[in-house]
Amino acid sequence: MKRGVTTAVAALVLAAGLAGCAGSSAPAGSAGTSSDDAATTLTVFAAASLKSSFTELAETFEAQHPGTRVSLSFAGSSDLATQITQGAPADVFASADTKNMDKVTVAGLAEGEPRVFATNTLAIAVPAGNPARVTGFQDLARDGLRLVTCAKQVPCGAAAATVADKAGVTLRPVSEENAVTDVLGKVTSGEADAGLVYVTDVKSAGGRVDSIPFPEAGAAVNSYPIAALSGAKNQEAAKAFINLVLGSDGQQVLAKAGFGAGGQ
Amino acid sequence: MGRFFPAPDDAGCRGRDGPVSFSFQAAVAQRDFDVSLALGPTETVAVMGPNGAGKSTLLSTIAGLVRPDTGRAELNGRTLFHLGSGIHQWTPPHRRGTALLAQEPLLFPHLTAADNVAFGPRSAGVPPRKAKERALQWLAEVEAEALAGRRPAGLSGGQAQRVAVARALAADPGLLLLDEPMAALDIHSAPLLRRLLKRVLADRPAIIVTHDVLDALVLADRVVVLENGRIAEDGPTRQVLERPRSPFAAGLAGLNFVTGTLTASGIRTAGGQGIAPDLEIAGHLEEPGEAGQAGAAGLPGAAVFPPSAVSVFLTDAHGSPRNSFPVQVTELEPHGDQIRVRGGGLAADITPAASAELGLAPGIRAHFVIKSAAVSIYAT
Amino acid sequence: MKLRARQPYTGIPRWVSGLAVLSALVVVLPLVAIVARVNWANFIPLVTSESALDALGLSLRTSAASTLLCIVLGVPLALVLARGSFPFQRLLRSLVLLPLVLPPVVGGLALLYTFGRQGLLGGALQVLGIQIAFSTTAVVLAQTFVALPFLVVSLEGALRIGGQKYEAVAATLGAPPGVVFRRVTLPLILPGLASGAVLSFARSLGEFGATLTFAGSLQGVTRTLPLEIYLQRETDPDAAVALSLVLVAVAVAVVALAYGRPGGLQRQGPAPWGGSSRRPTTPGAAGGTVR
Repeated sequence: MKRGVTTAVAALVLAAGLAGCAGSSAPAGSAGTSSDDAATTLTVFAAASLKSSFTELAETFEAQHPGTRVSLSFAGSSDLATQITQGAPADVFASADTKNMDKVTVAGLAEGEPRVFATNTLAIAVPAGNPARVTGFQDLARDGLRLVTCAKQVPCGAAAATVADKAGVTLRPVSEENAVTDVLGKVTSGEADAGLVYVTDVKSAGGRVDSIPFPEAGAAVNSYPIAALSGAKNQEAAKAFINLVLGSDGQQVLAKAGFGAGGQ
Repeated sequence: MGRFFPAPDDAGCRGRDGPVSFSFQAAVAQRDFDVSLALGPTETVAVMGPNGAGKSTLLSTIAGLVRPDTGRAELNGRTLFHLGSGIHQWTPPHRRGTALLAQEPLLFPHLTAADNVAFGPRSAGVPPRKAKERALQWLAEVEAEALAGRRPAGLSGGQAQRVAVARALAADPGLLLLDEPMAALDIHSAPLLRRLLKRVLADRPAIIVTHDVLDALVLADRVVVLENGRIAEDGPTRQVLERPRSPFAAGLAGLNFVTGTLTASGIRTAGGQGIAPDLEIAGHLEEPGEAGQAGAAGLPGAAVFPPSAVSVFLTDAHGSPRNSFPVQVTELEPHGDQIRVRGGGLAADITPAASAELGLAPGIRAHFVIKSAAVSIYAT
Repeated sequence: MKLRARQPYTGIPRWVSGLAVLSALVVVLPLVAIVARVNWANFIPLVTSESALDALGLSLRTSAASTLLCIVLGVPLALVLARGSFPFQRLLRSLVLLPLVLPPVVGGLALLYTFGRQGLLGGALQVLGIQIAFSTTAVVLAQTFVALPFLVVSLEGALRIGGQKYEAVAATLGAPPGVVFRRVTLPLILPGLASGAVLSFARSLGEFGATLTFAGSLQGVTRTLPLEIYLQRETDPDAAVALSLVLVAVAVAVVALAYGRPGGLQRQGPAPWGGSSRRPTTPGAAGGTVR
């Protein structure tokens, strides 16, 4: 009897392990969430930069749709896209770039065309008080100035490269970070003299960093697409949430956070 | 059966009143230890005592591994430590010249036997080649030159301890400290090492902690018995074993030991330790003073007699009633070709035939009758 | 599980063996999954790209440097912790072990606030003209911070098992502390030191969070292999998987080097003649003492 139980437990765990392993190639449905409250829960995967805006919008949505709870998951867009293609149970995906949204649409997991709901442009973040006296984009190439950017492999780094290219400035950052939050962290801690981040990041950092806008930023405008996912258990709620984001309420909240209006 | 152990070689006894090369007095409050001790230039002292009596503390304090609260020790005119109010002199272990040989050989496992022996000379600054030469000489001295190239892992317990002896001697210590060097050896290796130690200890001062009375007999000129951190007894080996003044020493010598008050003809037992009080044991007083045995009456004293001087009867109808003890037999055990009977805090040796005849078994009531001629009485 | 000939009785219940298999799978299965995902056709180009080689080289160099630093700093610390006696000793031991359980990011922040421009030592370092943040030195510091406990723990263990008996004997033979340390202590703890160094190296090799937070990420300067893998994952999962396999292979090689040898690193116990088996030596053997 005891042996039977042990064997069963072993088999179960083993099976779970194998299923997780196989899941990587075949994006099967759920990976073990209880479906009981799926009818009343809307799961939104959103890029990390959307945290404050989407938290506020989720509250608005819950107020407008009593009985529906919005569950938010924030992470880097590529992490989220990977999770979705691996079968994570999300209803809505809001990406910080079109590239990661493309991964989801190519996999056939998006319901309808993704719609751009916001844009974001780069800004120069400097430690409060601007100790290195950075006045414009040209200053970033100055000798001895400790500049931190994103790595070219991530969207904010790609944008920085585009802007630098257009402006004819050669940037020599002391560090190329994986995430815009890491860039911001180096600036807020004072380790870096300047960092290239998004306008919204500077906003969210509050008074700990100062922002220096620069006209060259217009060369790289980052679009944020949003889409309902085909695996969504609650298509109606997913569509309603997207409409909220695209509507005037949503746009107002996003503008407050520093986002530009979505071109749709 | 007047002597219960071989008489020690009197010629080798230097006593404690001769010249002194080592003097020691120390107190360690935390271990309730307070001992003073002195050694002649070639004297070997056996330190004995029950577990926890302070034997290891003594050696560690001499070697400098334990720091006493107060005290003073000198070796060959050099101060090892002098600690007291306002005085603070301390020689670290490596400058004391007090090599320690422990129960375990503790040969450095990463060095060959020869390199182990060369360790002391090397530490003293002797060039490697010279140190190695000296090591080989010492290995030869302990009949272990064949082991020179071996690692400790490849040595038997006895071989390793021999090498350890060579290592200790090669350091040319002013005082050799031995902490039960034979205790971990098997019955074949121990006699070999004992013989070796007898030879090398003959002309150098040494302190040997041991549980084995044989070590004291063979190796030591003097025995010091430690009990509860104090010296309970200190005297020439033969005297301590022949006339023990402590139960421990009596135990070592295999003697019955009864304390009490001296009377004109013997001793009146004080009782305690399993012995009934107010019993008379007749015996002859050793070293009576000018007043004679009667004059010593009333002093505290002890009666000492071998188990072979005790006979066992089932009734008290035999012998003089004065030396008859009613006892309850607690234990029977073989002892050589005799049976040792224990009861009432005493031991008696009888033949197996006698034991069988009496039908002895634990719990039986019997009488121990002591031959007064074999009883030594002395003041304590 | 039949008892095989010559195999001594183990006394392991069957369910324990079952769970042991399961626990082995927990470790092995993910490794298998990595191997299964490797794009073998492109493996060589992927792991020999300039950025990959830079990262691997940097990782090996910084890990070697931090291991050396761990030895230099860790041996004295372990000695003092194992054998010294001073106030707050236990507290210090707990603090030293903290990086073992601390999230690496916290370690990175702590280092930042110590060596960073505005950190505790930042001012002093700036006066000396030393800039640590964004330099390879920062990587080594971060790795040392997280790896030091491994060295200290395994060394302290070796020191405790050995006790101080050999050192005491060496001292009574006339060896001053320096000689005792060099000729007795060091050789005796060498196995513990080796295993500690290997663990430290392995931990340094895998260090990620503290480096990311404290040192930044720049090819050839601060972007070690784990950071490179993390970055490649954004755009080129195949490269990330291939590099992961390289890291796994290096780690396996290091661990095998240390623990794979028969008896390797296991010589820490007391000497085999082990005379601790004290014979009962009570004087009662002699006779009828009244005690």
